[in-house]
Amino acid sequence: MSTAFDHPTYNYRVVRAFTIMTVVWGVVGMAIGVLIASQLVWPDLLANIPYLHFGRLRPLHTNAVIFGFGGSALFATSYYVVQRTTQARLFSDVLSGFTFWGWQIIIVAAAITLPLGYTQTKEYAELEWPIDILITLVWVAYAINFFGTVAKRKMKHIYVANWFYGAFIITVAVLHLGNSAVVPVSAMKSYSVYSGAADAMVQWWYGHNAVGFFLTAGFLGMMYYFVPKQAGRPVFSYRLSIVHFWALISLYIWAGPHHLHYTALPNWTQSLGMVMSLILLAPSWGGMINGVMTLSGAWHKLRHDPILRFLVVSLSFYGMSTFEGPMMSIKTVNALSHYTDWTVGHVHAGALGWVAMVSIGSVYHLLPAVLGMKPGQMYSSRLINVHFWLATIGTVLYIASMWVNGIMQGLMWRAFNNDGSLTYSFVEAVDASYPGWFVRVLGGAIFLLGMLLMSYNAWMTVRQAKGNEAANFQADTQAA
Amino acid sequence: MNELTSFWSGWIIVISLGSILGSFVLLSIVRKGQRFNSETTQTVGHEFDGIEEYDNPLPRWWYWMFVLTVIFALGYLTLYPGLGNFKGVLGWSQESAYDREVAKAEAEFGPMFAQFSQTPIEELAQNDQAMRIGQRLFANNCAQCHGSAATGSYGFPNLTDNDWLYGGDAAAISQTILNGRIAAMPAWGAILGEDGIHNVSQYVLSLSGRESDAQAAQQGQQLYNTNCIACHGAEAKGNHLFGAPNLTDNIWLYGGSEQQIMQTIRNGRNGQMPAWEGILGKDKAHVVAGYVYSLSNQ
Repeated sequence: MSTAFDHPTYNYRVVRAFTIMTVVWGVVGMAIGVLIASQLVWPDLLANIPYLHFGRLRPLHTNAVIFGFGGSALFATSYYVVQRTTQARLFSDVLSGFTFWGWQIIIVAAAITLPLGYTQTKEYAELEWPIDILITLVWVAYAINFFGTVAKRKMKHIYVANWFYGAFIITVAVLHLGNSAVVPVSAMKSYSVYSGAADAMVQWWYGHNAVGFFLTAGFLGMMYYFVPKQAGRPVFSYRLSIVHFWALISLYIWAGPHHLHYTALPNWTQSLGMVMSLILLAPSWGGMINGVMTLSGAWHKLRHDPILRFLVVSLSFYGMSTFEGPMMSIKTVNALSHYTDWTVGHVHAGALGWVAMVSIGSVYHLLPAVLGMKPGQMYSSRLINVHFWLATIGTVLYIASMWVNGIMQGLMWRAFNNDGSLTYSFVEAVDASYPGWFVRVLGGAIFLLGMLLMSYNAWMTVRQAKGNEAANFQADTQAA
Repeated sequence: MNELTSFWSGWIIVISLGSILGSFVLLSIVRKGQRFNSETTQTVGHEFDGIEEYDNPLPRWWYWMFVLTVIFALGYLTLYPGLGNFKGVLGWSQESAYDREVAKAEAEFGPMFAQFSQTPIEELAQNDQAMRIGQRLFANNCAQCHGSAATGSYGFPNLTDNDWLYGGDAAAISQTILNGRIAAMPAWGAILGEDGIHNVSQYVLSLSGRESDAQAAQQGQQLYNTNCIACHGAEAKGNHLFGAPNLTDNIWLYGGSEQQIMQTIRNGRNGQMPAWEGILGKDKAHVVAGYVYSLSNQ
């Protein structure tokens, strides 16, 4: 893209690049999601092509949406927010460019190696060791670039959004290094240095904190800038942000063992994972309260601002799934929900309802801004509104179908006859799940359709910006 | 379960309680320092890119929710194992909970299964109640490999066709279920060579009346008589003692095409039926044996 839109002080070039890639990876990752959801309904779909088998595409879906879509959104917004709230240009243009190209190469490498079957087999950390090393390099560059910018700030205080972005960057570095400790045996094969229950524990220490720090803390940083900005209101409570920030980051790191209830994990580890997850309820909700209450006095803006709607509904889904999560971590509830579709629904309440919606709202605010136009001034506001409804309906269909499926599966698996034998065999629960799986495909497809509208809207906004630029250039030359 | 060393136990206690109480102390300090008791429009005085922050108090309900979860956590960690080596005053563990549930089920249902175990398998197969239970046990333990209808699939024998690898009388079925079976068809690739494999496979095809090359089959028969006859027998009817299948009945565990037969001869087959005595116990295995027996002896 041309450098014509460049801001005199800030580096918008890298923000623009990451913003565009957020939309691109969003479409790609969610399309793969719809494909694998369809494979569960129609198991023969592409079943003869090993590269497109569910087992290989599923990690590609998670990597593309978490790291491609979510990661690009975090890079774009953190680079934008840290500049705007410190009034300083990014620490280094070279590091900025390196993080952009490095991160894109990582996602492309995932898209190539995962279908080929290269995997470390650790959930959300499937990429093999050479790619892990590249992730480390990019992440270190990111940290230097981000904290270097914070250090250059023009004011004494650091804005709360940057606390969350900072915590996310540091913790993800620690998690990635800890969980990806492997012994390479060849160019694309390695073995974990941990074994048995310890390996499982390290995996879920990483896995749950990928949710806690990548998908929660990072996106709370996003929320803390774009909600007050789009609403034009001050943040509800500074002191609430202090408590919920420190409590969130110190308690989240403990929550991983709730993924391993009733397993070979020692009893004490399971209990600690459960109680820490429960205490997390209040710190998690602190963010929701601060976001939603920021709108008090500005509720009427929801009526004609679809971007604000995206942001507020994302906070509702955030509140809902951070209530659901602690409940599911209670061992007796988990005994019903574990290994069922309920877990999948819970993840997507967070992933679609919270992460995707807050990112989408933020991108709609930010894309015009980095194209030299007014923030939020997209090509079509009506299309944003249509997107909002598609995203909301898609998410609700997805979550509701997985609740029904999950609870049904959990109940079927534990139903006993009066002679002590199990009432249903596993395959009967699979058979009963088909209607829910079909509704999930529907919900996912509707959500994807919204993303396609977003791509069109973004494309037209970029064209419009280029047109403005050309007109300005013409006006300038005529004036001269 | 291994005990932690006292250092690690202490470490866990300190950092876990430290995280919980640290959060609680922070909560209390911030609440104590509140300048306002109700909603305010007073900001804290910072401004970032036009964003200001109000100095609103912590919502009361939110504060109490936080406190309640902390109290619950401390209560839970007193009652249940969590703080390092401290087992909790209830003495609960998932292992003991499991043992209790198993013992309860055993006490409730054990006598019924014990009674079934007194009935000979042939007779049990006529008992409707036992067969309903047997079908459920089969569906949850055996159907993964043998299929819901017990008709088997590639590598897993059909249990309804009265063709038996290890024998189909009650005692043999019972043995198979209790102790499992490990098939030992050796790999003949190195001994017979590719030509030999081809010839033997032609002979095997001819045994069940499948299309085959007569000349190759004749050469294959000689190789059969020196190498295969020991297990599969002179008439190729198999031998239940070794689990050697009958090769003349056109029933195939690993497929009956030329390619599949060659594969079997070249690399051997080592199908495994797990031993179920440790999982089901003798009495339930007896009921399952009755069910399997009933499938081909209506």
